[in-house]
Amino acid sequence: MLRASVIVFPGSNCDRDIKVALENVTGFPVTMVWHGDANVPVSDVIVLPGGFSYGDYLRCGAMAAHSPIMRDVVAKAKAGTPVIGICNGFQVLCESGLLPGVLMRNASLKFICRDVLLKVDNAETFFTKCHLKDQVIRLPVAHAEGNYFADTATLDQLVDENRVVMRYCDAEGNVTEAANPNGSQRNIAGICDKTGRVLGLMPHPERLFELALGGSDGRRILESMLLSVLEAA
Amino acid sequence: MKARIKITLKNGVLDPQGKAIQHALSALGIAGVEDVRQGKYIEVNLHETSPDKARETVERMCKDLLANTVIENYSYELLETP
Repeated sequence: MLRASVIVFPGSNCDRDIKVALENVTGFPVTMVWHGDANVPVSDVIVLPGGFSYGDYLRCGAMAAHSPIMRDVVAKAKAGTPVIGICNGFQVLCESGLLPGVLMRNASLKFICRDVLLKVDNAETFFTKCHLKDQVIRLPVAHAEGNYFADTATLDQLVDENRVVMRYCDAEGNVTEAANPNGSQRNIAGICDKTGRVLGLMPHPERLFELALGGSDGRRILESMLLSVLEAA
Repeated sequence: MKARIKITLKNGVLDPQGKAIQHALSALGIAGVEDVRQGKYIEVNLHETSPDKARETVERMCKDLLANTVIENYSYELLETP
């Protein structure tokens, strides 16, 4: 079975979406965990959902990164529990130090809410193994701060260690400036830690996981989690 | 003591908000603006009366929360409060 926990911060607004999506795709119930709790129950995967935790005060994800629950999330991640941060969750992962870099204001200064195309650069992680390498998928983004920034040395390291998981691309899979919605360095849409078990992703797989929503490309990320857990069992 | 903390973007980090302000200034007819960088200003009142200890506290709050040192620098001044 898959034991997934979704952390709920004040201002999270995609928490129930990912719960519904995960339950629908995997068939297993998902536990919601309040940010003020001290401990996450034993989980096969922890989700930091999208939204506007703490109203994006100070910097996106900065307050949430210091929530009581995050101490345990960081400890469990370091001990090997897979963690996915989606959109605001990605910002929280960066602010908490589990992932390098930071998500800055979009270069256009506009909130971007539309589908984007993504090239799967690493199809071997806990969260992406149901993809083919270089596969092009379509997922929605909805953010004002998705402009990934890190210094050149960090970016080179991410590339060298195969930790850039997805990049914005065009329909042919070309990673071009025109396909970059938000100004992210090297078109980065998602990165992982050294183990491939902590993933930060700006696009929202839970918003496009079945055809009734207009597409099902997000489903493979959820299926990857289940497959990874079943393989390890 | 009171700490007046300034948080600014590091050199080399693009500041689209600063650029938008610069354009708006130029649209207002205010000429000669070479560059605009936007930052944050935070005032913190502390119980502490020792400047050394206050400095230690402010350093910690800047590093741990107020600034993201990947992209931001911080500076501050301490003032005696009556």
